[in-house]
Amino acid sequence: METPALLVEGLTKTYTPGARPAVDGLSFTMPRGETWGLLGGNGAGKSTTIAMLLGLLVPSSGRVLALGHDMATDRFAALARMNFSSPYIALPHRLTVRENLRVYGHLYGVPEMERRIADLVAEFDLGDFADRPAGQLSAGQKTRVALAKALINTPALLLLDEPTASLDPDTGDWVRSALERYRAETGAAILLASHNMAEVERLCANVLMLKGGRVVDEGSPAALLAKYGRDDLEEVFLDIARGRERAEAL
Amino acid sequence: MGASSARRIWGLVYRHLALYRRSWPRVLELMYWPVLQMVVWGFITAYLAGVQQNTATIAAGVLLGGVLLWEITLRSQMGFAISFLEEVWSRNLGHIFVSPLRPWEMVTGLAAMSVLRTVAAVLPAMLLAFMLYGFGVWKLGPVLVVFVSALMAMGWAVALAVTALILRHGAGAEALAWGVMFGIAPFAAVFYPVAVLPPWLQPVALSIPAAHVFEGMRAALIDGRIAWDHLAWAVALDGVWLALAAWIFLAQFHQARVRGALLNIGE
Repeated sequence: METPALLVEGLTKTYTPGARPAVDGLSFTMPRGETWGLLGGNGAGKSTTIAMLLGLLVPSSGRVLALGHDMATDRFAALARMNFSSPYIALPHRLTVRENLRVYGHLYGVPEMERRIADLVAEFDLGDFADRPAGQLSAGQKTRVALAKALINTPALLLLDEPTASLDPDTGDWVRSALERYRAETGAAILLASHNMAEVERLCANVLMLKGGRVVDEGSPAALLAKYGRDDLEEVFLDIARGRERAEAL
Repeated sequence: MGASSARRIWGLVYRHLALYRRSWPRVLELMYWPVLQMVVWGFITAYLAGVQQNTATIAAGVLLGGVLLWEITLRSQMGFAISFLEEVWSRNLGHIFVSPLRPWEMVTGLAAMSVLRTVAAVLPAMLLAFMLYGFGVWKLGPVLVVFVSALMAMGWAVALAVTALILRHGAGAEALAWGVMFGIAPFAAVFYPVAVLPPWLQPVALSIPAAHVFEGMRAALIDGRIAWDHLAWAVALDGVWLALAAWIFLAQFHQARVRGALLNIGE
């Protein structure tokens, strides 16, 4: 049987001894080939969770198996088949787009790298600025480049932190289509943290609702809407964030 | 080292080479200080050797040799630490640390950049010393290779410790990348023998690899002999310094993963 994209058991992170955990006993199993959403307000534990899934942060307890590899003992085997993008982490801004893609092509050991870069330049429509320094690009162009970088190694597991933050609706829609296309073509698993509920509704097969470092609810967007008796996920999000009763409990 | 490791290390080196290709002020800055140092010290030694006495000429060689070899130590340390700081300044560390690049591969890549930066920085100063003052550091003979290697290794050890402090304290510790070697220089016996130092300070000096290299350099220039004992001490101390610095680096790297600092190292 194929190992899940992510198997998370009892994941907990406490930054200061005695303080409330930032992430508290998180457990879930994410299959391959699906897009999942990680939702929660500021301080809910999304960034801490993603950092632990990537091996950037050592959990206080619990474990993460990414693509079958234990992130505590074998993270580099998993990292070679994963990738990550966040608007809060930049690419070297003096290097051109093409040079940046080459750097990460080497770091991820991409075979036939120049062909892969040419494919990504064509797919993400980077041709007009592929030889311009990354620091001179607009926010939308930078997001497309960051996404191209995140797909350079054709990852089986892609983690995205607010992939369409600060993008105009047209570019945001374009990015969402690209993600849907990538998942459909490669069977990759995508976990995205987002504050854009329409995006989550459109892309995600399953949603984990985080509050105070815990999963307070989960399910498909349709199931959550039915459960809370709401018309859109934003209202569900507000119900959970503000501790309102569920429709089913009324 | 496997082909995969070599490729990842090359990826890191390529990243910095691409940066320098696109930034001529960085290349100019590399050469500026070593050349300036050589000009100033060259004229001082030319003044000292003005009467063409043998003693003064030898002293001039010792001073110019000291300037050049100390620049190698300094540039080796700065080349390593500043290459790491480039990642901090560009807010790129998060991407680096979620790639399959192992910590030792990153250290090897930074050391490779340190070699390239040192060559670019010190070579013009060496040529200048020869053209203007007739001093060829290669006159030290094949032992020069050991001197240079020992000094570069010491530079890497100091740089590893500085990088560990940057991991611990963020870019707030970056001043150390520029200044830490200047604090070591007075005890490294660059321009004077260890014997000149007060007796209580001599053990401190003798625990620094560079002090043995410079004692060895003076033995070669003044007495025309190879001081094997000093060379052995330099190499052994480099091993101790590198092991200690690697331990500090790995400990701080682990602590940075515990504290969650790798994603947002900054000020």
